[in-house]
Amino acid sequence: MTKLIELIVNGVATGAVYALIALGFVVIFKATEVVNFAHASLLLIGGYVVAETHDDFGFWGALVLGVLVAATIGGIVEFAVIRRARVLDQAVVAIATIGIDIVLTSELTRRIGTDTLALGDPWGDHLVHLGSVTIPATRIAALLAAGTLIGIFLLAFKYTAWGVSMRAVAEDSETAALMGIRLGRVSIGAWAVAGGLAAVAAVFLTVFPTPGLDRTTSYAALKAFPAAILGGLDSTTGALAGGLIVGLTESLMTGYQNDLVFLGRGIGDVAPYAVMVLVLLWRPAGLFGTRETARV
Amino acid sequence: MSRLLWLLLLVPPFYLDGFWLQAGLFAMAAAVGAIGLNLLTGATGQLSMGHAFFLAVGAYGYTYWAGEGMPPLLAAILSVLLAGIAGLAFSPISGRLGGVNLGIATLGLVFVGQHVLFNAEDVTGGVNGKAVPPFELFGFVFDGTEPLNVLGIPFGQQEKLWFLGLAVLGLAAWFAAGVLGGRPGRALNAVRDHRIAAGVMGVPVARYRASVFVLSSMYGGLAGVLIALAFQRTVPDYFGITLSLDYLAMIVIGGLGSVRGAVVGALVVTLLPQMLTHYSDALPESLSPASAARLLYGTAVVVIVLFLPGGLSRLSLPTPTPRPKETPA
Repeated sequence: MTKLIELIVNGVATGAVYALIALGFVVIFKATEVVNFAHASLLLIGGYVVAETHDDFGFWGALVLGVLVAATIGGIVEFAVIRRARVLDQAVVAIATIGIDIVLTSELTRRIGTDTLALGDPWGDHLVHLGSVTIPATRIAALLAAGTLIGIFLLAFKYTAWGVSMRAVAEDSETAALMGIRLGRVSIGAWAVAGGLAAVAAVFLTVFPTPGLDRTTSYAALKAFPAAILGGLDSTTGALAGGLIVGLTESLMTGYQNDLVFLGRGIGDVAPYAVMVLVLLWRPAGLFGTRETARV
Repeated sequence: MSRLLWLLLLVPPFYLDGFWLQAGLFAMAAAVGAIGLNLLTGATGQLSMGHAFFLAVGAYGYTYWAGEGMPPLLAAILSVLLAGIAGLAFSPISGRLGGVNLGIATLGLVFVGQHVLFNAEDVTGGVNGKAVPPFELFGFVFDGTEPLNVLGIPFGQQEKLWFLGLAVLGLAAWFAAGVLGGRPGRALNAVRDHRIAAGVMGVPVARYRASVFVLSSMYGGLAGVLIALAFQRTVPDYFGITLSLDYLAMIVIGGLGSVRGAVVGALVVTLLPQMLTHYSDALPESLSPASAARLLYGTAVVVIVLFLPGGLSRLSLPTPTPRPKETPA
């Protein structure tokens, strides 16, 4: 029972981090109708900056810097590539983001090499004991941070002028433009926000119990894709639900893998993808996505 | 023109050494796979990040069956069919999901597939993979044990496989050109350009999406068989997400939606790392040939999407005779 509770708390905490990544992904999709396959590399950039600069600026300074750098790179990608390719077929723009991802990831993995970089976070390997349940402090921090950020984001999305214009563009970009909303600003804003969220997520993906930031971190970040699509690509609620499902599946399957030996070693890492395929069989638009309908 | 090119491709085994023949063989195998992906992604607009999975099915299917003593030709045909069946099993998703969404869904294939490759050790050999038995056609073995003397050149494994690869590529390109040039090709393009209009005109959209997915996975399987033969060993690490991305890079660089584009792109993406490896002395120390190649063609993808939407294969050389001036109507 204790183990189950620990696994669930762990799963919800990592799930919140995945939700953070998926949220950025969904925001980009809503604002620009582009599926951003370079998201994992934005995350890697944020994490790399934090890992490299925490000696000089302290953890919090480095975190701010990482968020700023990832947001800036996201903005640059939007400004230099996506904005200029917008007229094209959606799938072609998606492939362009794959090109960006190839460039960014190979440059970063070259810099990281075979090292495992520490992030210098204040939580270290502290454990929190609640009765018989033991949870790493990093997981609680992840849960709090992700929860706060998601809350702030959702409130901003609902009540600020930025959020209203973002939703208007998602609803109907042409009409929004006619109403005086500047599409360029909305979309560059979306990319920057997504980059920033990814940088925060990078920290929590690589702190204890994970050894640190290494070249495989982008694979961990990839799990936000199934999170986004199984919730529904155009739904912020879906991103949250998808993130939690992925986090829980991963945590439970890894925790009980000794009872699941027939599924092979390392099942926890692939289970999210299997769940995604199953959900898509049942609901092709994802759990909360709007079903594509068309009037002729 | 293009017939002349095909004829010219018969020449290299007489002149090139093993390294370049091997590189050429990889390029031909990749070209077969890229043609298949271009049918799906280029012509139909259905993104797939799962191509590596179908390559793996082909490669491992051949290795397993030929290793169990089945005639290699039969093993090769069966593995292509197996890849097709795997594609068919995915059809509830590939028929219903459009474009980019399918791309994310197919990510699942790669990860689950690689998991199986690592764990089903009896069939796949696990992490270390398996040795690939040589190909054999009506008693003629494609290996280096009995060099065949052709015009004074000893034909070893690479020389023999070159001709096999060329024949397979020729057939694959011919078939795909037939598909694209005819009624199915127009239907696929219609599905890509306007799904609803295509449906209204009587194109069964879901069936075409699912069928082209099956066809593309069979091309993937065939490419996998060739890659297995060229490598002589199948290892699960190779068939990861990076490989899928490489194939997408190929078709964008070469040109979406055409056979020629797929072949040109496959040449660029597979030969670039080989060339950089060969001339690696000229590279800065910290830059490995593989990552230099990835930086180059990643940039190429972005540049081509932005400035050259037709890909490299649409680049036309200036014609020597000036075109007649159009007369204003």
